[in-house]
Amino acid sequence: METAPAYHLILEGILILWIIRLLFSKTYKLPETYKLTEKEKEDLIEEWQPEPLVPPVSKEHPAITYDVVTGPPSHKIIINGKECVNFASFNFLGLLDNERVKEKALASLKKYGVGTCGPRGFYGTFDVHLELESRLAAFMKTEEAIIYSYGFATIASAIPAYSKRGDIIFVDEAACFSIQKGLQASRSFIKYFKHNDMEDLERLLKEQELEDQKNPRKARVTRKFIVVEGLYMNTSDVCPLPDLVKLKYKYKVRIFLEESLSFGVLGEHGKGVTEHFGVNMDDIDLISANMENAVASIGGFCCGRSFVIDHQRLSGQGYCFSASLPPMLAAAAIEALNIMEEDPDIFTVLRKKCEHVYSALQGIPSLKVVGVSFAPALHLQLERGSGSRVTDLQRLRSVVDYCLDRNVALTVARYLEKEERFLPPPRLQA
Amino acid sequence: MTESPLTKAANGEVGPHVTNGLKPGRNGVLRSVHRCQQDEEEVQRSSNHGGFYNRPFLESYEETPMLVAVLTYMGYGVLTVFGYLRDFLRHWKIEKCHIAREREEQKDFVPLYQDFENFYTRNLYMRIRDNWNRPICSVPGAKMDLMERVSHDYNWTFEHTGRVVKDVINLGSYNYLGFAENTGVCADAAAEVAMTYGVGLASTRQEIGNLDKHEEMEKLVAEFLGVESAMVFGMGFATNSMNIPALSGKGCLILSDELNHASLVLGARLSCSTVRVFKHNNMQSLEKLLREAIVHGQPRTHRPWKKILIVVEGIYSMEGSIVRLPEIVALKKRYRAYLYLDEAHSIGALGRRGRGVVDYFGLDPGDVDVLMGTFTKSFGAAGGYIAGRKELIDFLRSNSHSAVYATSMSPPVVEQIITSMKCIMGEDGTTIGSDRVRQLEENTVYFRKKLREMGFIIYGNNDSPVVPMMLYMPAKIGAFGREMLKRNIGVVVVGFPATPIIESRARFCISAAHSKDMLDRALSAIGEVGDLLQLKYSRHRQPASSARPFDHLYEDIDG
Repeated sequence: METAPAYHLILEGILILWIIRLLFSKTYKLPETYKLTEKEKEDLIEEWQPEPLVPPVSKEHPAITYDVVTGPPSHKIIINGKECVNFASFNFLGLLDNERVKEKALASLKKYGVGTCGPRGFYGTFDVHLELESRLAAFMKTEEAIIYSYGFATIASAIPAYSKRGDIIFVDEAACFSIQKGLQASRSFIKYFKHNDMEDLERLLKEQELEDQKNPRKARVTRKFIVVEGLYMNTSDVCPLPDLVKLKYKYKVRIFLEESLSFGVLGEHGKGVTEHFGVNMDDIDLISANMENAVASIGGFCCGRSFVIDHQRLSGQGYCFSASLPPMLAAAAIEALNIMEEDPDIFTVLRKKCEHVYSALQGIPSLKVVGVSFAPALHLQLERGSGSRVTDLQRLRSVVDYCLDRNVALTVARYLEKEERFLPPPRLQA
Repeated sequence: MTESPLTKAANGEVGPHVTNGLKPGRNGVLRSVHRCQQDEEEVQRSSNHGGFYNRPFLESYEETPMLVAVLTYMGYGVLTVFGYLRDFLRHWKIEKCHIAREREEQKDFVPLYQDFENFYTRNLYMRIRDNWNRPICSVPGAKMDLMERVSHDYNWTFEHTGRVVKDVINLGSYNYLGFAENTGVCADAAAEVAMTYGVGLASTRQEIGNLDKHEEMEKLVAEFLGVESAMVFGMGFATNSMNIPALSGKGCLILSDELNHASLVLGARLSCSTVRVFKHNNMQSLEKLLREAIVHGQPRTHRPWKKILIVVEGIYSMEGSIVRLPEIVALKKRYRAYLYLDEAHSIGALGRRGRGVVDYFGLDPGDVDVLMGTFTKSFGAAGGYIAGRKELIDFLRSNSHSAVYATSMSPPVVEQIITSMKCIMGEDGTTIGSDRVRQLEENTVYFRKKLREMGFIIYGNNDSPVVPMMLYMPAKIGAFGREMLKRNIGVVVVGFPATPIIESRARFCISAAHSKDMLDRALSAIGEVGDLLQLKYSRHRQPASSARPFDHLYEDIDG
């Protein structure tokens, strides 16, 4: 065996010593750009001035003073002391001052009191809630329904219960504000498609399919949803539901349908846009609606198959962490459902009246009507906007005041300018 | 100890509870921990911190006994093992599967739920599901009628037998001042309004949903709280989730307590501000965060924060603790932050005049920037409010999501709030309101004292009407609920995920409508069940005193 040459040993010895030094030397720290002394910190704290909690609101802001309504809001309404024909509430079936509804609400009040004093999980479930849920499920011919105590919170709690971070949602641009809040709370990827434009949606779906093929493992756990409204609040037209169902099966996405304006309005028996188009209810994964429009009560509900709805009972935030619907409002809703079931003619009457108003409003100079002919809520928009939102709003407000003087109540459609994603132009709502 | 996914997840939170003695106290301010040998820990803390408080602030959070913690983990471990076994059997169709299934046509869609997300629900929650969602068919007052339900397939489905269990003592509803009633002044007034105004409104506040009744109610709320003006919303949950985004946005900092309610957490998330969490009711942690935030500014850019908002609650409903408001107000003034106080449980329930936690500490309501609360608990109605300076409310009237997009409150509910508030303020000419406030105080002190004497571990402040009693083990959660129901008492039990995994508890909500007799009956039943299930864990038995219940309530140890 040869002995190693001397320089080999010396080199190796130096390397070993170097390694030992590295092992025991301190780790290299990024030098802190600054380390403040206590005095400097105190000075910073003294100097910092926050903004005022709220920015000042000008006195002429249109939304500070509300119009005051005295007396019950029904076909005639007393605004600021003047009695007007009411074209501004969403009282589509006229049930707001129906005697039967009021009687039932009163009976319920005498039995249960006003509030429920607890969320659904802790003695806040009343038999009226269970009855309302089963009636709604029977009415819509689905397996199960779930009730929320506030219309806004219904879809805003339903979407985040199913769609989490990493999932993909395709939404129409004209989606209403509560859907936008639900989307924001869900932290998923949101893709907007142009309003009622099926080609645009198909394009987005195709793009997504290509992405999926690149990464099949991720695609297997990414849920995809389409969220549409039956009758859009912002544009008063209907979504093309049969096309959407075709797209659903072709690209394997689930559909959530929001029917706040179309429940109790469209369809022969008022079952909404699925009846209107003759689409099978099972094809829609979740239907959500609020009971504050046609069903003149308060609250909202979701209905669908038990597989889908049952999940919300533990993970819908607005359901688990909030007090339940006051029982008299639930009783009022049940009675309204009774009326809707007994007398399906009211829907035809409503539709005729809508068409009548629609044709009568055509041809008004410089105001154009936005919406389909059978929509009960129409928008009147200025034909030529002046370019500035504020002046447009002022002009519309003067139109409203003029109408109020002549005893007709209209209202300017309200939007939160900074928060809406696609801000609709100023318009009146009738 | 078995390392199951459940315990792994919760270990971070639970660790401190199992070690002995040497950890810093949960309530940062003044904890003199006895460094004695084993797991003895001092229970009562009386804090008289530099003269901030003019009354004793007694809280206690006795530590989990070591043996109990070990047994609880083992219990969860066993359940998890059985859970996996059951899933296996269901998958291979050996056991009948009750779970609802996806449609045949949609079988090749991406599954809607991941299997693991529902593991807890399927295997642990299902076993004791009959303790929740119990339907009632009467007023949720001090006594209620429950609908009887049975399950023939181990809680997968329920059937109503049609029988009604009458006169169950209600220790679960949030009925602090007893206004959940169907007779009396409030109910009559609400009935009248229901007949004249109807029940629904079908329009938003900014359009034509603003009744004169709403304006009247808002003025009354402002007067009740002692502030300039107030604004009311239809749902308490939505009040938080829709208004915090209006108050704070990008570039702002929200400092929120560890145990804040889901609505506050959602509101903070939706606002797109930076959110930092401080330890529960721990003023040192809060001060540290405040100093760091102001000195270092926004992360990475180091620009100064636009504003800092501290979000706390009056009474925390799972712990029964009361916020340390005087210290927070002092901190807020020193560091120029804004304070958002959520008085969901404390409005009406604390304070000599029932005006909430601000009244309880004797502070000036102008010190709190945003006072928020709900009407569901003490007023027997529904909805929430925000109160404060006029500029704040004007801003909210024009910029709140709820005013623009959500329907306004129903008229009979408004009337109930107006009448009950007038009653508490004494403006209806009777003393019913102040009697009830006093009755609630007495009931609370009596109930807590008796439970402590019996040897149960009770969390929270001595004055809070929310009384959490520790159960710890998963099997006892279900057993306690069912045994109490057999004795005709309805209680609320909570477990994971509303609480840390080994700290499951039963939560009692005292009401002014409970008579001493009802409380005694409840206490004897609880004592019985406690002996049966061995729930008397406390190691600090206090001798039963025969003195009057609130002998030393207002001991003034100032100075």
